[in-house]
Formats: sequence, C-alpha cells, structure tokens
Amino acid sequence: MDLFEYQGKQYFARFGISVSPGGVADSVEQAVEVAATVGYPVVVKAQVQVGGRGKAGGVKLAADADEVRLHAGNILGLDIKGHVVRRLWVEHASDIAAEYYASFTLNRPAKKHLAMVSAKGGVEIEAVAAEDPAAIARMDIDPVVGFTESDARRLVIEAGLDEAARDGAAKILVDLYRCYEEGDADLVEVNPLILTPSGAVHALDAKVTLDDNAAFRHPEWDAFRDIDELDERERLAKSKGLQYVGLNGFVGIIANGAGLAMSTCDVVNQVGGAPANFLDVGGGASAEVMADALEVINSDSSVRSIFINIFGGITRGEEVANGIVTALERVAMRAPMVIRLDGTNAEEGRAILKKVESARVISSPTMLGAARKAVELAGAAQ
Amino acid sequence: MSIFVDENTRVVVQGLTGGQGRFHGLRNRAYGTQVVAGVTPGKGGQDVEGIPIFDTVAEAVAATGANASFVSVPPRGAPAAILEAAVAGIPFVVCITEGIPAHDEARVYNTLVGSHPGTRLLGPNCPGIISPGKCNIGITAGEIALPGGPVGIVSRSGTLTYQALYELKQLGVGVTTCAGIGGDPVPGTNFVDCLAAFQADPDTRAIALFGEIGGSEEEKAADFIAKEVDKPVVAYIAGVTAPAGKKMGHAGAIISGSQGTAQAKMSALADAGVHVVNNPTEAGEKMAEIVAAL
Repeated sequence: MDLFEYQGKQYFARFGISVSPGGVADSVEQAVEVAATVGYPVVVKAQVQVGGRGKAGGVKLAADADEVRLHAGNILGLDIKGHVVRRLWVEHASDIAAEYYASFTLNRPAKKHLAMVSAKGGVEIEAVAAEDPAAIARMDIDPVVGFTESDARRLVIEAGLDEAARDGAAKILVDLYRCYEEGDADLVEVNPLILTPSGAVHALDAKVTLDDNAAFRHPEWDAFRDIDELDERERLAKSKGLQYVGLNGFVGIIANGAGLAMSTCDVVNQVGGAPANFLDVGGGASAEVMADALEVINSDSSVRSIFINIFGGITRGEEVANGIVTALERVAMRAPMVIRLDGTNAEEGRAILKKVESARVISSPTMLGAARKAVELAGAAQ
Repeated sequence: MSIFVDENTRVVVQGLTGGQGRFHGLRNRAYGTQVVAGVTPGKGGQDVEGIPIFDTVAEAVAATGANASFVSVPPRGAPAAILEAAVAGIPFVVCITEGIPAHDEARVYNTLVGSHPGTRLLGPNCPGIISPGKCNIGITAGEIALPGGPVGIVSRSGTLTYQALYELKQLGVGVTTCAGIGGDPVPGTNFVDCLAAFQADPDTRAIALFGEIGGSEEEKAADFIAKEVDKPVVAYIAGVTAPAGKKMGHAGAIISGSQGTAQAKMSALADAGVHVVNNPTEAGEKMAEIVAAL
C-alpha cells in the first residue's frame, strides 16, 4: 500500500521523525484554516500518488490567506498525470540551507536491506544515480544485525552531508530505519531531507510503501486505506478481494496464479489481442470467487471478449465450472467467453460446462487455441 | 537421479492437522512420498490417518528420522516454523505459505545463512518440489508430471509450473525434478541454486526455466548459465505486457523503470545461449525438439 505524503508524515511522526507542522485540507476554506494554525508562509501541496506534482503546478508557496485561496482553488481538482487532486497538505514553509536524500528499501539481489543517503537531494534520485552514482552512499544492512547509530554516522559522512547536519541526520536515519523495519515498510524515502539555517534536520517529504502482507499486525493501517486512488474496476475488484490490475485492452482475463495470469495476458497479446486487465483468482478459487471475477470483468465496458484460463492445482475444475454457471445465472454477461480448463478435476468441470456451452460460451482445450478464439470473438464483437 | 528430494526423502509436515496441511500432506503420501510425521504444538500423540503427530520438529526427527520438512503454516507462524525445522537439523525445508511479511522473510533468510548453513529453504510462497515417481512435497498435482527425465524444471510461478509439466507430459517428455522457487522478494532457493544442482545431476540432460518480471534472479541465472551450464536450457519469462510500476499479484512481480522487465531478462538469457520462447506451449515444443535430438 502506497501512502500519500500526509499519511507518510503521520507515520513518520509515530517514530519520532521530525516533519513540518501542517494539516490536511479537502476544501479551500479548510486550507485557509490550516494555514492560519501552522503560520505563514505556508506551502500548499497536492496529495497524489504520482511523481512530478511540482512541475504540474501541484505545489505552491503562499504568503497570506488570499494566496492560499488562489492556490488551493487551482490545485483541488487538478489532474496530475491522470490523478485528480482531492486533498491538500498545507504546511509551514521551511527555510532551507541544504537538501539531502535518504531511503531504506530491500536490496533483493543481496537479500539484505539497503540504506541510501546523498547530499544531492531535492532532485530525482534516479537522475543522480544515472549521472553521478558516487554521490549516493549505500550500505547493505543484515536484518539480523540491524542498523546502529554508528552505521548512520558512517553513512552521513560518506555521503558528504554538511558538518552541521550530521548529528541530526544520523538520528533521523536511525528512526527512519525503525519506521522501515518495525513499521513493516517496503520503502521509506525522504526527498528532500533538509537542513535549516538554524541547524535543524527534518523531513520535507515522505514516501512510504507498506507491505500489505504485514497488515495483520498493524491495525493502525486501517486509517490509511483510501481506495479513491483506484479506478472504478479496481475498486469493485478490491471490494471482492480479487487481485486485479486494470489495463487498456479489450480481452478480459481471468486466470489462477499470478504467473499464469501474466502469461495469459502475454499470449493474448501475441495472437493480436490486448488484455483489458490482469485478474488472478488465486489458489483454491471457489465457485463464488469465479462468479465475483466474472462480475468485475462484466462491469468493464471496454471488454469485448473474455478468456478464462484455469490450471487446477489447489483450484478444482468443478468449482470453476460451477462459478461460471452461477455467474451466467446471476448477471447478463455482455461479452462472449472462451474457457480453458485443465489440471485437478478438469474432466468434471468440462462436463458441467457442457450444459451452458453456446456460441457465446465456448470451451477450448489449449491455452494458445483459447487465446486465438477470444481475440477472434473480440474482433467479431467490434 | 533427481535433485534435492527422492525416494529416500522422509517428510515431516508442519501443520499437518490444519486444513491445507492435511489435504496436501495426505495427497503427497498418496503419491508415494514417505510422509513420516506431522508437527502441531499441543497435539503431540495424536495422528492423522496413521501419521504420528509430535509437538516439536526435534521430537519428530528423533522418532522418525525425518530429513525434510513441508511447512504448511499460516503467515504469522511460518517464519518460526521454518527456523524450528532448521534448529532441529532438517536439511531441506519447503514452505508453501503465501503472504509472509517481507521483513520476516529477510530475517529468516539471513538467519539461515548465518546460523544454519546446512538447511536449504525452498519458498516461501511456492508450489513445492516434485521428483516424479519418487517424491512430491507441496501442492502440485502429481499426475501432471511424467517420471523419468531427462528434463529438470525450475520455476518462479506455481500455475506456470503446472502448465510446464503438463505441456511436457503431453509431448511424452519426462522430468527428473521440478522445483518451484516461488515469487516472493526473498526466496530461500533461487534459480542459480537449482541450475547448479541440475548441472551436477547426470540424469538431467536439459533444463527448463520459467521466470517472470521483477527482481534480478533471471539475470543472475543468465550469468551462471553462460559460465557454468553446458546442458541445453529453454526459458520462458511471463509478464511481457505488464505495465511498469504495477504489482501483478506476486510480491516479486513488480517492475520499476527498465529494471526487471521481461525484455531485459529475455535478452540476458538469449545472450547466454538459452533458447528463449514466447509462451509455455512453445517451451514444451522446443524442449521436446531438444530432447529428441539428445
């Protein structure tokens, strides 16, 4: 789960990481109220989960209430790369002496955690990594050993942070690692981490990705759930607990297992189609789950045909078939479908499907053949 | 021969009294696997269809000589279960559990490397391992695999693994061992470990590798193949059409920027002399062609 900046800052605060005083605003008037509380000048920041919001006009400095009204009015409703701004974060503007970069994430090839610190903050770190890799100090951290204050000191010195910032930055790094580890984040990133003229160091931005697998031990995450970021189809799928990603094509995909679902998208593409979605019904999908999946696909008006590709392991063929039959009774399917069923109890499943087969419900024995048929039907449905 | 597991493997199922553990543990036994014990804390002394249950893995090992563990325990308990097996001296642990927090996985992996180097972990979030006709640990339906070799399979995806086994069986091609390494961010066993084992196994004469987008394990595999593997390798990578930055189900299947894309992996493998194919069906056909010419 990706957090918005304001949520990331709330999460940082739990671990004692210093951020600018600020508040959330969903309207122009609320923005003015928050600004009065935190003190002028303020920065009005669009809350969207996409980079480049500054360039898009989503971050503005305001010296008084009139300027807050102007900027808040312009930013609310702004479309930034397809993300519509519904919420603002208004914070006291900081005086900046220097801007740095700090992050913790998993270094998958090394199977250890990775700390990265740079004196070149406030710009895209990918650009720094490409142009001046030596400007980023890196350290692999063994999760069994952890990350200590002396590690943090070594890192800020190696990164070449200003003398005045070193103590404060080292302390923030230790807290940031706690936030990353105890907080079960896949990523914590601060860009920029700033030094103020008075010598304080604090986080001016917050990028946090939480590990959904750890949600069972973090009841406090419930407050962060915001499905407004998802498109209509993804919202419906999420409410039904399905693994769904919306894509731009016209062949609706249902498969079991992430690998097979991705492969199904690829094969549809290879035979001249384009997948409308990725949908993994997971292991052990029941009839109910299959019916839910079909309902989600049916809600997508760009779908012209549906390809159901199931290879039973834990999943049983007769359950899948029963789900399809249930869905056909429950909803009027708008698009024709091709079903390829193999693996555990596939014979039983195919026998059940026989009863509902028609020109719009077709069984096909192979993955490639089924993909071709689905693409052909989509063409015919155009 | 086969790699990692064979007819002499004696399996203890951690979580045998649970729904999943019971279903798959018994299914593995029905396949012919020596399932000698189960472990559930507090249920020692009971049995599941004749398989004795112990409170701890150490007791199960002492009583039955188990030398492999099948961990079928929910995400909260799985990390501790894996480490318990390692402490009890089990050399091969298969964990099918999906949904273990990444930090727990990283901690378990580094604990095994640092303190229990004699234990190999396969998974988590994997379908398991099958040496057809000899031993099946995990959730793979045994009947979709043809015994006898000469092909070794290693795969990051469960259902793609089934697809691979099935395609080969339909073409009459047998398998020595099929190992599912799982799609999580910190797998205990990676492609390179399996490739090295297949290279060393005289009965495995060709290798099929099924990868997917995200991470850099396929690129590492390509490096290793170029240097150390002289057996023919066929590879398929899923996720060519996956958009950047979107999470496709597996924690592993996420790409950022140009790193970990299907194209990058396919060209690294092709450069290493691997036969890279475009879909699972082609993988089966290519492999059948290679096997016919061996």
